[in-house]
Amino acid sequence: MEISTAAAGVTAVGGIPAFAHGVLSSSETLRTVPTICEICFWKCGGVAHVRDGQLWKIVGNEIDPLSEGRLCPRGTGGVGAHYDATRLTSPLIRKSQRGKEQWVQASWEEALQYIAERMLKIKAKYGPESMALFTHGMGSKFFKHTMRAFGTPNIAAPSYAQCRGPREVGFELTFGEGVSSPERTDIANAQCLVLIGSHLGENMHNTQVQEFAQAIQKGASIIVVDPRFSVAASKAKYYLPIKPGTDIALVLAWMNVLVTEELYDKDYVEAHGFGFDAFAAEIARYTPEWAYPKTGIDPARIRETAREMARYRPASLVHPGRHVTWYGDDAQRSRAIALLNALLGSWGRKGGFYYPSGMDVPEYPYPDYPTPSRPKADNPEHRHPFADETLTNGIRDATLSGKPYPIKGWMVYDTNLIYTVPNQAETIRAIQELDLMVVVDVIPSEIAGWADVVLPEAVYLERYDDLHVAWFRQPFVGLRQPVVEAPDDQKPGWWIARELAHKLGLQSYYPWNDIEEYLRKRTESAGLSFDRLKQDGIILGPKQPLYFDEGVPAEFDTPSGKIEFYSTQLADAGFDPVPKFTPPEEPPPGSFRLLYGRAPVHSFSRTQTNPILSDLMDENEAWINQDIARRYGLVSGDYVRLKNLEGITSKRVKVKATQRIRGDCIFVTHGFGHTSREIFPKYRKGASDAKLLTHYKVDPLMGGTGMNVNFVTLDLET
Amino acid sequence: MARFGMVIDTSKCVGCMDCVAACKTENDVPDGLCRDWIVTEVTGVFPDLSMEIRSERCNMCDNPPCVHCCPTGASHVSDFGKLVQITEDMCIGCKACLAACPYGARYAHPKGYADKCTFCEHRLKVGQDPACVSVCPTHCMHFGDLDDPHSEVSELLASRKSKVLLPEAGTEPRVHFLTDKAKE
Repeated sequence: MEISTAAAGVTAVGGIPAFAHGVLSSSETLRTVPTICEICFWKCGGVAHVRDGQLWKIVGNEIDPLSEGRLCPRGTGGVGAHYDATRLTSPLIRKSQRGKEQWVQASWEEALQYIAERMLKIKAKYGPESMALFTHGMGSKFFKHTMRAFGTPNIAAPSYAQCRGPREVGFELTFGEGVSSPERTDIANAQCLVLIGSHLGENMHNTQVQEFAQAIQKGASIIVVDPRFSVAASKAKYYLPIKPGTDIALVLAWMNVLVTEELYDKDYVEAHGFGFDAFAAEIARYTPEWAYPKTGIDPARIRETAREMARYRPASLVHPGRHVTWYGDDAQRSRAIALLNALLGSWGRKGGFYYPSGMDVPEYPYPDYPTPSRPKADNPEHRHPFADETLTNGIRDATLSGKPYPIKGWMVYDTNLIYTVPNQAETIRAIQELDLMVVVDVIPSEIAGWADVVLPEAVYLERYDDLHVAWFRQPFVGLRQPVVEAPDDQKPGWWIARELAHKLGLQSYYPWNDIEEYLRKRTESAGLSFDRLKQDGIILGPKQPLYFDEGVPAEFDTPSGKIEFYSTQLADAGFDPVPKFTPPEEPPPGSFRLLYGRAPVHSFSRTQTNPILSDLMDENEAWINQDIARRYGLVSGDYVRLKNLEGITSKRVKVKATQRIRGDCIFVTHGFGHTSREIFPKYRKGASDAKLLTHYKVDPLMGGTGMNVNFVTLDLET
Repeated sequence: MARFGMVIDTSKCVGCMDCVAACKTENDVPDGLCRDWIVTEVTGVFPDLSMEIRSERCNMCDNPPCVHCCPTGASHVSDFGKLVQITEDMCIGCKACLAACPYGARYAHPKGYADKCTFCEHRLKVGQDPACVSVCPTHCMHFGDLDDPHSEVSELLASRKSKVLLPEAGTEPRVHFLTDKAKE
């Protein structure tokens, strides 16, 4: 038996003021402010509690459809973002080589003037398109606005090419629509839920985890496919310990069973399918016996689980995942998952994929943006024809090569590119090509260390952002509003973007003087009361039909207007019209495939310095199969380093010798192993998976970067 | 007067530690310490495994060794909900209770007294659930009066399989763990 305890006896950290015990004394004042969380991207509504003027706690907003009044541990620990002692406190201008992290403090006036002058020089010499913006999160809206007004189309977010992009493309090619965020998965009503690598419960997307618990409560049949015995696997009826990189083979075999045993939803396919016969002919050869040596999953088990899905269809949901940039054929894997759902008839049906709706909130009436004279630089000649957002790695390639035209300035808002885009050396080389590198962040992230100018943003609890116009089961509008003041010289993103626009001579794009004026105008133009939004944090819209049988029209925005079992779009572009399986490269002897994932108390590489969340988990562990670990003489608690095949070595990382993982791979939680000198050493523990991701495989369809293609060995010298 | 207890559904708990985070902010638990924590217990050999995840805390025992061993009466059973509580200014910091508790539920507060989960007594008195129960995103935690046969906790214990921790210690814990799957 293997027992592990979390959150006991970790190192003490400081920063949060001591309140009395939970009991509120009669002399204390309590103020509550509804707002929206930003520890991850889910945008849950919370209510912050301020006690005698100091931020105390945050709980879920009862009327928020996403959180239903309950935040996840990161949201609960969000108060730590305000009290984080490592926060950036004032603008910084580089005083020596890039990456040396040597700075002089500057005023906002100096810092913004510095940036504006260099942006205008870049514009004069190379054109406005030579500035690129990398973004993440709700606060990005105003930076995008300033950069579009400046005249660049090169605005990219790692959330596409390093995360959910392939999934969107796979589903768009099949159903004509993506899965979007929050995912339109009807987990709460699923009677059979299939998770492929998706580790809900560790991956703490609040609504999904809440619905996952509801599905467990209702006795849903859960099938989990994962090389690691995840928390979700422990809730499953069937756990399939798949060989990493072979998911497409399993999905093809499942579809083979559904088609050959005629278990699929014939009426649904008849009514809505296109190219089914060609698909069925193709799928005929992918028997469970064909898949067995590839996946390691027993053919009988493949048949049993396929029949299980068929039993509960259409309330059988094969979850499309979210961070799906794994092997470079991810859009085709996502398409295979989309097709499996199509066979089960789950798209547009209760317990499958619902149709979300949103409220009509007009954008602020701005002048038109200038038309860039050159197309985006990330995807020249549309070499990835199905990319429908800008590729971060494409911008990096253009910066490195100067082709199709030079990229000379990066503005990076709220995304630690050193941790998000694979091959750190390429990113650092690209930065050397720049005339200007600006980072806006709340903590001294690794990417901030490479900036010419670092701008400290107020954390979400200290600022307004744009309205959150949610597309969900029930449409609603949410407001992020300041709860407490920023402790130092940090400024809200809207203020930074607006001031910069003024310095660039783009003041006509900011006809409003104050963010409340902007928010009020947008809210009222939708016929809603801004005062009520401030008071309640959320305004709900009327419920809309969710499924075909509730009146959603069964329309598909594909070339055939149907669900495309056979994709002529793909065939015409020279790709497989029905997904095919390509075997992944094998780990060389003595090495392990490096896999990474999430822990429930951290988001990316942005929360390790949060004193509350760090107190819950202050380092990651290398999960190694117990029998393999024993051969190396390793037990849980030992330290090793992970070394990739190029000789890049991680920092020392604690071993978790466990039965909960296959012997051919090692798993770590993403986001740890910080190297920024500005981050206190106690927050820099653990191994960085990102550092070891030297290789990546680019998805030919859409340009995403598959990152589960790296192998590591164990270095016992620590 | 009620006899408060908790019932925690291990089939739904994902071990996310929201209960721990909520307790820390609600009760200003010092850094590096916690009043509740997560235990995962894995049995079997890969891939034939089972895993139980539990959110653990003071068991508010009916037969509390921490109270029996306290030389000053600081550790006591309160009238309100028959909860095991600590009167801070009566505690001399001898740590006998830390040693006596078979669950490791107590810690020495940096201010010198023994400290532990109170079931958020201050919240109970204004009609709220303990902070951990109120935030749990999986709704796996239930709180109520074990002496009331119609309370949610009593009904869960009557209808589901459950266990307590270290029953052999004779402490008669009032935190129960549901170990079967819900049948809705």
